[in-house]
Amino acid sequence: MTLMAEMNQRALDLGVPLSVHLDLTYRCNERCVHCYLDHDDHGEMTTAEIFGLLDQLADAGVFFLSLSGGEVFLRRDFFPIVEHARKLLFNVKVKTNATMIHEREASRLRQLGIEQVQISVYSHRAEVHDAITKLPGSLDRTVRAIRFLKSQGLKVSISNVLMGGNFADQSGVIGLAKELGVAYTLDPTITPKIDGDTSILALRIASSELKEIFQNEELVGDVAEFCAPPPPPGEDVMNGFPCSAGHTSCYISPYGDVFPCVQFPLPSGNVRRQKFLEIWHQSPQLKEVRSIRARDLPTCSTCSHVGTCTRCPGLAYMEGNMRGPSTADCEKSFQRTGIPSANMLKKARSGSASPLIQIQGLANQEQILTASQQATQLTA
Amino acid sequence: MAEKYIARSTAIAARMLGGEMMVMSAADSTFFTLNEVATVIWQAADGRTPLSEIVAGKICHEFEVEAERAQHGAERFVDELSQHGILLVSDRPFDSPPFAETP
Ligand SMILES: C[S@@+](CC[C@H](N)C(=O)[O-])C[C@H]1O[C@@H](n2cnc3c(N)ncnc32)[C@H](O)[C@@H]1O
Ligand code: SF4
Ligand code: SF4
Repeated sequence: MTLMAEMNQRALDLGVPLSVHLDLTYRCNERCVHCYLDHDDHGEMTTAEIFGLLDQLADAGVFFLSLSGGEVFLRRDFFPIVEHARKLLFNVKVKTNATMIHEREASRLRQLGIEQVQISVYSHRAEVHDAITKLPGSLDRTVRAIRFLKSQGLKVSISNVLMGGNFADQSGVIGLAKELGVAYTLDPTITPKIDGDTSILALRIASSELKEIFQNEELVGDVAEFCAPPPPPGEDVMNGFPCSAGHTSCYISPYGDVFPCVQFPLPSGNVRRQKFLEIWHQSPQLKEVRSIRARDLPTCSTCSHVGTCTRCPGLAYMEGNMRGPSTADCEKSFQRTGIPSANMLKKARSGSASPLIQIQGLANQEQILTASQQATQLTA
Repeated sequence: MAEKYIARSTAIAARMLGGEMMVMSAADSTFFTLNEVATVIWQAADGRTPLSEIVAGKICHEFEVEAERAQHGAERFVDELSQHGILLVSDRPFDSPPFAETP
């Protein structure tokens, strides 16, 4: 076990929230076609509220802090917030479209000792990237910012969310990342809007494209191993839980709402009304999420993929049942291994929908029910 | 032997977890955990107190370790952390040490 894995296990045993994702605003200067947020301000936490929250998070034992949005640089108090977070010795990552980062901002981030800047890039071609962000000139600005950050010696990672409209440029973005000397991760799954609206799922890549990703050696390493049929699940798998959401991590919105994860919109409390630790330990919703083991999942516990599936409980929740399957992850397991999921077989047997029609629905990008958020994050 | 003064770098992230301090260097992302003794030294690294005084006052006393062994162990620990930019070391007290608050 690596030291980090050991610490994760210890946090789990002690019930410590090791990681928190905090969105500082939902406002944004881009209008990405696939964005899961609305961009209005419904009453964001004030600077003082955020400082107080950060103090509480440090006391609760939070080590990893992701600051995101919306676009964090739209908050005038963004640097004072980062400064406060760094005084409290959080390991800080910033997620941004980077269009508002110039030399001054890059050097300030460097001085503050942040861990990494994660920047969204959808294509190496301006006409494709800018058509997604709806902000003319955005690719140019983003790439210039990456150069500023790199020249400061900061760690930068490009996040590439794949859709039908930019799938073909995926290797171009890898090329750009290499040229800029930064890391690259891709996310092949568009998720529903945070309010449950599923209209943006039509932007998802086709099944055949998903399969192409899984067969790409540059992305997955050993293809035969990555796409191997799942081994029979053991006791440990059945007693396991799907991800860190609610166990060692959670999400806090700009309005102080606490959720198990940014893509698991189960309201679990609000830090404006309760202390963070009280929510973390006492919230009935978080307690319920923590109680669920693989053996408690009616369909997934009977599925051959249960031990290797990226099943996202948040996406399952958005489909109507946090103990249910997540259709997008069924699709991933199927495209990866060629073996249908228990969910597909069940639907075929019930005759409600032939599984193949459902799969074609995903391919046609029309009859899509949900997406998986817990991206199979692939790193090149 | 020349006296050593140690200060915590600001370019790190740190948090207590179950009695041990997790420390990550922003410079090279190395991740450490400090045991109880190392945590005490790290917390006492205020840039002004000589290392020998930290060892005598905090380590030998609290952990009942013999002085020479404790000093030797502390120096090795300080060397290693300074190589990763986690502790700053000087043979003079730091003027206004840029050290981080104790988590
Ligand atoms: C919401 S943005 C916030 C940070 C910053 N504004 C940015 O775009 O990087 C965080 C990441 O979520 C991704 N994202 C937004 N909507 C999404 C969706 N519906 N499905 C999957 N990823 C999405 C964005 O592409 C971006 O990489
Ligand atoms: S830049 Fe980020 S927050 Fe803004 S619209 Fe795009 S994905 Fe959403
Ligand atoms: S493939 Fe589908 S049914 Fe099987 S474990 Fe994953 S989400 Fe559950």
